[in-house]
Amino acid sequence: MDPVSRILLDHGSGGRIAHRLLRDRVLPVFDHPALAELNDGAILEMEGVRFAFSTDSYTVDPLFFPGGNIGELAVNGTVNDLAMCGARPLFLSAAFILEEGFPLADFQRILDSMAQAAKAAGVAIVTGDTKVVPRGAADRLFINTSGVGLIPPGIRVASRRAQAGDRVLLSGSLADHGVSVLAGREGLAFETSVQSDTAPLHRMVAAMLEAGGEAVHALRDPTRGGLGTALKEIAESSAVSVVIHEEKIPLKPEVAGLCELLGFDPLYLANEGKLVAFVHPEAAEAVLRAVRSDPAGKDAAWIGEVLPGPPGRVVMQTRIGGQRIVDMLAGEQFPRIC
Amino acid sequence: MVTRRNDEYRDATLVGELAARIRRLSRRPLRIMEVCGTHTVSIFRHGIRSLLPETITLLSGPGCPVCVTDTAEIDACIALARRPEILVATFGDLLRVPGSRSSLERERASGADVRVVYSALDAVELARRHPGREVVFLGIGFETTAPTVAAAVLAAHRSGIENFSVLCLHKTVPPALEALTALGDLRIDAFLLPGHVSVVIGRRAYLPFFERTRLPCAIAGFEPVDILQAVAAIVGQAENGKPALENAYRRAVAEEGNPAAQRVLAQVFAPADARWRGLGVIPASGLAVRAAWAAFDAARRFSLTATPVPEPRGCSCGEILTARKTPPECPLYGSRCTPGDPVGPCMVSSEGTCAAYFRYHDASAGG
Ligand code: SF4
Repeated sequence: MDPVSRILLDHGSGGRIAHRLLRDRVLPVFDHPALAELNDGAILEMEGVRFAFSTDSYTVDPLFFPGGNIGELAVNGTVNDLAMCGARPLFLSAAFILEEGFPLADFQRILDSMAQAAKAAGVAIVTGDTKVVPRGAADRLFINTSGVGLIPPGIRVASRRAQAGDRVLLSGSLADHGVSVLAGREGLAFETSVQSDTAPLHRMVAAMLEAGGEAVHALRDPTRGGLGTALKEIAESSAVSVVIHEEKIPLKPEVAGLCELLGFDPLYLANEGKLVAFVHPEAAEAVLRAVRSDPAGKDAAWIGEVLPGPPGRVVMQTRIGGQRIVDMLAGEQFPRIC
Repeated sequence: MVTRRNDEYRDATLVGELAARIRRLSRRPLRIMEVCGTHTVSIFRHGIRSLLPETITLLSGPGCPVCVTDTAEIDACIALARRPEILVATFGDLLRVPGSRSSLERERASGADVRVVYSALDAVELARRHPGREVVFLGIGFETTAPTVAAAVLAAHRSGIENFSVLCLHKTVPPALEALTALGDLRIDAFLLPGHVSVVIGRRAYLPFFERTRLPCAIAGFEPVDILQAVAAIVGQAENGKPALENAYRRAVAEEGNPAAQRVLAQVFAPADARWRGLGVIPASGLAVRAAWAAFDAARRFSLTATPVPEPRGCSCGEILTARKTPPECPLYGSRCTPGDPVGPCMVSSEGTCAAYFRYHDASAGG
């Protein structure tokens, strides 16, 4: 085939090909050590103060899905990206690209839920922007949010800090958001009770850091690309080998059912209110207690550990006693044909 | 994962017992082809290979509908997508499959109207909503999908929808099995027969094939216990020298299959010669729209002719689909060819052998 000369949808899927785009085109051009770390946000230091700075753009179809909408997602997403850097989120910006003809009532609903989400998360939206483009130049509504947060002294969370012996924690059930969005999508009108898990995680993180301090090595919220991609990213950044256990991963029966029906692998579906943490064993119990005390973390579980082995490798012990390799998402998943 | 669904078919104890039985029974090397792509994925996802003794080799066959679609057929899909009056509706899996120069995904990035749908009926709905456009559904898949596409044609006819047609690329499984075993150096000792396809066509449909080849066969479901039961059955047959056509998926597969689905399929489609990637043209192994439904046949409607084109240089898909090579034996595997940047279709489809190897290759097998 001819070489790729245009951006494809897969470049945005959050998996391997998105990574390559970043590595080959973006990083060399902007060349900065904070960027090259590939954390969920940049971790910066100025005049003795450490802070995190993060940005994310939100496009989701449908805009309203069971359990939330794009507005809540945009606030919680950036709050969570900051939290994954160990930061206490403080201020957010919000920018909107609106398509001509977008219903004002829907816009209002989205704004209201953003305000509510910001209030619930204890962050302030302090600057923003609105652009309107002609019909067809954008799909209804895109949102960008950026945020800054302070990193308390003594906190050193980074995706390259996972180490042999660490235990791997998942804060709740897998793939709820991915499935809720799929179920709401046109043409796939499934009856399902699954709700998106969108939730701010910074309080949970603060409690974890309070309980575990430096023993909390790495944090990530497995959004696009799912748990599989997040684990693989940390394993590669930290050059460690990770083993997870299928039977320990919390998965709702409805989610499992829909995934099976469509041939989707829940390891690669998005989560919007879950985190995965790499924790030194000595603080494990205290950290787990801290996570479980948060409403979004009551189903938290240890799902694996870092073991000696080839750097960058993630293996899953399957429930039936087999083994399989876990790689990054290799391109958006499609329902099976057969 | 923590789920109660299908527990009995994923029970670790039961799986352990079956695996132990297979290890006890199996003495001589046995190469078993799983014909169906859904089996391939299930085998990888559950790490089933890591449970089997070294004597047993599981090979993936031509049962991924996307993988056996010929390059010329993909080119035809692309040619349709390039016509401004046409809206192409397709299963997502076909988007990334490389044609000789481009793919549907790239055509879409260049402005072609290509939409992903989840069923042929969704494409009929698109046609209803866009009366000014020609909606062409890419009909791909085996006996499982073909009846649903036939039903969509009937539905479009009933609702008087005239801007809907199907590019029929459907293929059927039994003739492909015949063709596989007719190849010169057969390197397959037994067949794990597909589950969903068998639900439609029934055990009976494989009888002529079995009578001719007398190779051990078992129809299998998709859960680990289903697959291991079928493997155990095959090993038993092979070790006792008593090949059989066993139905190890009785809870879903009837002797006669599903007559209603067979009727709908036969009403709209008739058997036709088809070109399979890796296997060439196999007589009566595909489906074509019957003349009575010519108005819904995109090939007739847009006067398409498929000119055979060579397969991508260096791609071993053909040998992989016929069990002459495993993906790591392809020189392009993992280097030039990855799921993000595939050379052949086996690396694209979620059920493709190369893609499954790439994603899930058993750690125990040496990664
Ligand atoms: S690895 Fe790629 S090039 Fe090689 S056979 Fe598979 S699909 Fe074809």
